[in-house]
Amino acid sequence: MFKAFYTVVMRDLLLAMRNRSDILTTLFFFIIAISLFPLGVGPELNTLREIAPGVFWVAALLASMLALERLFAIDYADGTLEQMLLTPQPATILVLAKVLAHWLITGVPLVLLSPLLGLQYDLSLEAIQVMMLTLLLGTPSLSLIGAIGAALTLGLRGGGVLVSLLVLPLYIPVLIFGAGAVEATVSGLGGAGHISMLGAIFLLSLVMAPLATVAALRVSAE
Amino acid sequence: MLEVNNLECIRGDRSLFAELSFSLNSGELLHLLGHNGSGKTTLLRTLCGLIKPSQGVVSWKGKNIRRQREEFAEEMQFIGHLNGIKADLTAVENLRILCRLDGQQVSDRKLWQVLGEMGLYGHEDLAVGVLSQGQKRRVTLARLLLNESPLWLLDEPFTALDKAAVDFLQTVIAKHVEDGGMVILTTHQDVALTTGEVKQLRLGWKKDGDV
Repeated sequence: MFKAFYTVVMRDLLLAMRNRSDILTTLFFFIIAISLFPLGVGPELNTLREIAPGVFWVAALLASMLALERLFAIDYADGTLEQMLLTPQPATILVLAKVLAHWLITGVPLVLLSPLLGLQYDLSLEAIQVMMLTLLLGTPSLSLIGAIGAALTLGLRGGGVLVSLLVLPLYIPVLIFGAGAVEATVSGLGGAGHISMLGAIFLLSLVMAPLATVAALRVSAE
Repeated sequence: MLEVNNLECIRGDRSLFAELSFSLNSGELLHLLGHNGSGKTTLLRTLCGLIKPSQGVVSWKGKNIRRQREEFAEEMQFIGHLNGIKADLTAVENLRILCRLDGQQVSDRKLWQVLGEMGLYGHEDLAVGVLSQGQKRRVTLARLLLNESPLWLLDEPFTALDKAAVDFLQTVIAKHVEDGGMVILTTHQDVALTTGEVKQLRLGWKKDGDV
């Protein structure tokens, strides 16, 4: 079982390496979206510091959603998805492996880039640290929850729009607590409560999302 | 071994087949016949568990396949219309991943050897995307040489293959049946076996020669 998990993670990472433009699209979207705000809003440092958490989190959310379409769609189109569903491995494990690989490809780069982008917003070291922590805790939840939407809309025309409609309402708690943690830290209230909530959302989606995703995949594969 | 009882499948608002019952035992091959759109692929996908039948039960060794997904998957090999291989990976990588997920330990030497047998000598470490349709099909079918599952479900296995490959695949299928395996396949070609029993099942309402 662990071997199957490892095999799928390595497979998806290898595929991403062979097709690097896919990773870069998400990453550049994140960079561009965040970099445009200081240009549009103006160089007033106090304003920038105030809007930074919200901007970062909204950009991360949209970037993660942009990447969702590719999570299962290519495997579905070339038939490897149905083969995976027919292997003697628990489907939840395979889904978890795919989500982990997806997060490593699209989520981790966002976390790693955020300190650099934070400099544009004149964020303090403390704020940047909290920002990284919340992104680290929050982006896996985004991938897990998003997988349900991606699985449900497989094979549909205009699936991309539908994914956003399905998934965005579920993303909102992550957005609120993610951006809230940074704001609370900056204002001196302490973001521990928000971070605990992010952790709770992550654990809940870790348990529930793969089950829902497998059910959705089985319906889509029919 | 494989028993189908009173199976019915409705796609959209059309009933493709109803009250379908048959069974298949070791050393038997079932050739599914029927005109285009008669439900051959749907039946195969129902038998492997991808499609939930509207009514009826498919059972393997006396137990409903939907209650024993993983056990059944271990003893069944499905090859569909889609090849199920990644265009960005090489033939060896594709086969290695498929074998690992099937829970098999296969050495790299064996993989190369099998691809050679399938007539892909010299193409083993090329990205599958650059191969021709027939060669991609061969990569997919190489799984049959590696797998020890007793039940094979093959949906149009001969499409895109050249004559030599068709003959080779016929002998592979014949040998599998001879060794006590079971095969269900759809094809518009004649299937010849030296030993073992060939059953035929005709789906659809059209007669021979109708368009």
